[in-house]
Amino acid sequence: MINLNVNHKKYRIDADPDMPLLWVIRDIIGLTGTKYGCGVAQCGACVIHLNGEAVRSCVTKLSRGAGQEIITIEGLSANNNHPAQVAWNEESVPQCGYCHSGQIMSAAVLLREKPNPTDQDIDDAMAGNICRCGTYLRIRKAIHLAAELQKKEGGTT
Amino acid sequence: MNNLVKPWQRFMPSRTVLIMGLLLYFVGLMAFAMNHKTELKKELPPHVVIRKDSVASVKAFTAVYKVLMSPRCMNCHPQGDIPLQGDDSHLHTMFPKRGLEGKGVLAMKCANCHQPTNTPGLNTPPGNPNWHLPPADMKMVFQGKTPRQLAKQLVDPQLNGHKDMQKLVEHADDGLVKAGWNPGEGRSLPPMSHAEFKKAWITWLSTGAYAPKQ
Repeated sequence: MINLNVNHKKYRIDADPDMPLLWVIRDIIGLTGTKYGCGVAQCGACVIHLNGEAVRSCVTKLSRGAGQEIITIEGLSANNNHPAQVAWNEESVPQCGYCHSGQIMSAAVLLREKPNPTDQDIDDAMAGNICRCGTYLRIRKAIHLAAELQKKEGGTT
Repeated sequence: MNNLVKPWQRFMPSRTVLIMGLLLYFVGLMAFAMNHKTELKKELPPHVVIRKDSVASVKAFTAVYKVLMSPRCMNCHPQGDIPLQGDDSHLHTMFPKRGLEGKGVLAMKCANCHQPTNTPGLNTPPGNPNWHLPPADMKMVFQGKTPRQLAKQLVDPQLNGHKDMQKLVEHADDGLVKAGWNPGEGRSLPPMSHAEFKKAWITWLSTGAYAPKQ
């Protein structure tokens, strides 16, 4: 049994410690907002926060997550009102939408560490999140908007 | 009253037995201490004794250079701030940046993908608990360096991460250095074994760390 703390809720998981966290989150816990893209940390669709870092859950073993704080897209905010989520909605960023939970999770780390990111900061932070629909320009626009919203809210993420 | 022998007096060992016991105790203690010292000595690298020999030194560095310029070492000692990747040392896909501490930036930190161990599968992210590039204030670039430039850089504490001779010797057994010989599926190994590399490394250092002419 491995103790997991996902979205501030405790779970006791009976699974192989080598199982990727992505499978645990989706198939055992049932939170399907985090997506499977490539399975080898190349696309960013499966980004979750592990102790606040934008970790690729497809290559992260269950054992690494034991006792750590894990946040998925479902737990990023109380009412889907994280500045990045609001901005994504405002700018109608997604096309097919498959990669965007990963995109938003990476953007949330960027906005926490660089509350006023430049275009270069956005490129540096988001380069590991691939979008087959090519929504990159709207992603950039939404991150700038999220930074403004965050500022208005008083810098909370 | 005088004839009464108290229980603890009845079982008191004689003086000879007491002295023998004490002697045995000290012999045991000394044996443990010596054995313990030997164990500690085994763990520590040999103390570097410099015996200058420019010919042997330059020859040993030829082997050292081949390893350090192999993709398994050079890929994390790039000229720029983006690590290299693969046996052809191309720029790392996704262009992750070095960051101040060499551990990446923002949502692109090394440990976000590089796990404490290799990820199973062909060409998947290799892993190590301490995965990183050299820090921004001490880049320790290998890429593009001639043997002479690299040899001089390696022994200059202002350029080598403040390592003295002893630390340089110890560095051969650094966990991330040794990870080069456990690169994960789909990546070539350095051109010699770690034992051969370590021998050449220590030979180069202990014969005076001479830099080749070019």
